[in-house]
Amino acid sequence: MGGLRKSRETWLGLAILLLVGLITLRFPSFAAPSNLGEIFNDTAILIILAMGQMVVILTRSIDLSMAANLCFTGMAVAMLNATHPGIPIIVLIGIAILIGLALGAFNGVLVWKVGIPPIVVTLGTLTIFRGTTFVLSGGKWVNADQMSPAFISFQRDILLGIPVLSWLAILTVFGFFIFLSRSSLGRFIYASGVNPTASVYAGINVGRTKFIAFCISGAVSGLAGYLWISRYVIASVEVANGFELNIIAACVIGGISIAGGIGSVAGAVLGALFLGIIGNALPVINVSPFWQMAISGTAILLAIVLNARGERKKGRIILKEAA
Amino acid sequence: MSVSARHIPDRLDSGWRSRFLTWEWLLLVIAVVIFIANSLASPYFLDAYSLSDLTFNFCEKGLIALAMALLIISGEIDLSVAANMALCSTLMGFAVQFGWGTPNLVLIAIVVGTLCGVFNGALVTGLGLPSIVVTIGTMSLFRGISFIILGDQVYKGYPDNFGFFGQGYVWWVISFEFALFLVAALIFWFLLHRTSFGRRVFAIGNNQTTALYSGVNVRRTKFILFCLTGLMSGVASVLLTSRLGSTRPSLAQGFELEAITMVVLGGVAITGGAGSITGVVLAAFIMGLVTFGLGLLNVPGIVMSIFIGFLLIVTIALPIVWRRWGWLLKS
Repeated sequence: MGGLRKSRETWLGLAILLLVGLITLRFPSFAAPSNLGEIFNDTAILIILAMGQMVVILTRSIDLSMAANLCFTGMAVAMLNATHPGIPIIVLIGIAILIGLALGAFNGVLVWKVGIPPIVVTLGTLTIFRGTTFVLSGGKWVNADQMSPAFISFQRDILLGIPVLSWLAILTVFGFFIFLSRSSLGRFIYASGVNPTASVYAGINVGRTKFIAFCISGAVSGLAGYLWISRYVIASVEVANGFELNIIAACVIGGISIAGGIGSVAGAVLGALFLGIIGNALPVINVSPFWQMAISGTAILLAIVLNARGERKKGRIILKEAA
Repeated sequence: MSVSARHIPDRLDSGWRSRFLTWEWLLLVIAVVIFIANSLASPYFLDAYSLSDLTFNFCEKGLIALAMALLIISGEIDLSVAANMALCSTLMGFAVQFGWGTPNLVLIAIVVGTLCGVFNGALVTGLGLPSIVVTIGTMSLFRGISFIILGDQVYKGYPDNFGFFGQGYVWWVISFEFALFLVAALIFWFLLHRTSFGRRVFAIGNNQTTALYSGVNVRRTKFILFCLTGLMSGVASVLLTSRLGSTRPSLAQGFELEAITMVVLGGVAITGGAGSITGVVLAAFIMGLVTFGLGLLNVPGIVMSIFIGFLLIVTIALPIVWRRWGWLLKS
């Protein structure tokens, strides 16, 4: 299983290299380190969000409410910043993570304690969170001139040659890698996705594990909420509308199995980078940005077809059909 | 979607037939309560033309929800319906530029919608892929093609008689949309509850393996359901395009979530195997009543969505909490 998984990420990595190589043949400046760094920085928020979504998908759940959560927390911290510019940015980030965590916990409780399927819960909270953003803001926007200079500049500061936003993405990825591979909770997350029944018999509280997964995806959305608003310097109800599907797309392209239990941090990062590179390459190669949606759709479909071929082991099929 | 083993006993012990009968009664009571609340809250509500306007709120989504109900009962889902509508509408608008007439436009929408369903169905049943990710992919693909064709442009100039589908009335205040929704509801009710095809859909949703061993052609049945959902998306696209009179690639954004909300609110189990068309029709009415009533009170659409979201979660949570309480009382 490990070899198979490794090869899947290797193939995706090679596909990305090939993509960058082909573009560089026509436009040599594309592969310049500064441009690649910019693409990474541009994809950083998607990478961070994909980490949270991956954890949820690994437990056989799905979180459709991440973009709406991001929108709500982003609006909340932007409004807080507009009225109390004195609050330090680190505290604001902490508040954003806590608000996101609370919203994620709301999803998690409904899944764990009430037993509603995750797709239904997050379908509902998707509209609730975005609607509440409207109530919170009264339909108004928070513009750049209402935000404090520190609020906007924090993630743009260069630390050791790399913007803080990129550092945050790198730290998040590293943190999730350690968490999923080296902590017992991380292993529980995989186990409850691979086989929930066996996990229960092994003494794992599958419901609680799902609850924690939703808290994690919520906290990550909260962090991304601050980052998104301070990057695009506008907070409105429309922020990140439909972005939940990009997050899921990054995971699916990265080989995270929607049936749970299969997937890696490296895969999700590569999946997000793949989408980021396509988005940044289209203007360079003079293709209308309107092509992006169809291309990512095709990429998702190709990824599912290729990944399904890898997962198709006889034992698994029998289990799946019988379940 | 694969159904995990622990869901199955829940369905076997409680006699879902009687349970869902009461579910529909509950929906009916909710609908009546909202109706009365609306007529008390706004003096403009109880008017034949107001009530007729109300039907425009849910008919397009309702048509999709009817087919989606069958698909969800069989254990699959289609998230690409709204994108399918956008693609159908874009191609209709494209054909208008070449002076195509109304019958051809309708034909285009129906054929394209069904072909999108065929594409979904082939990927899910032919290659055995999970429908939720396949249709997330085709959702981007279908709407992406609309964006490639249209970009930030708008298609207008639909023929005058094309407007009938979304704006016309068949008799007094009964709109064409509403009449079509009622006829479609009857057809789908008959298909699901009175034919062997409908029984097969339930059988597949309850236990795919048993259905297969009982001689049900699982793949073909699911494939037909995907085609039906695509077809209904094409029909809904004709209605919406005709009502709006223009096409943008962002047409019908978010319709898939509202259609699924209708289905789930209507008592269809998201894990498959149970549900009824009567419930879905009642749920469509309820959603239409809520949005229209709040609209009369000048509540913005986005605030209504909070109500819809809570309605979805609360209606699903209530029977589960109920069952858990009953269990506690017994023991």
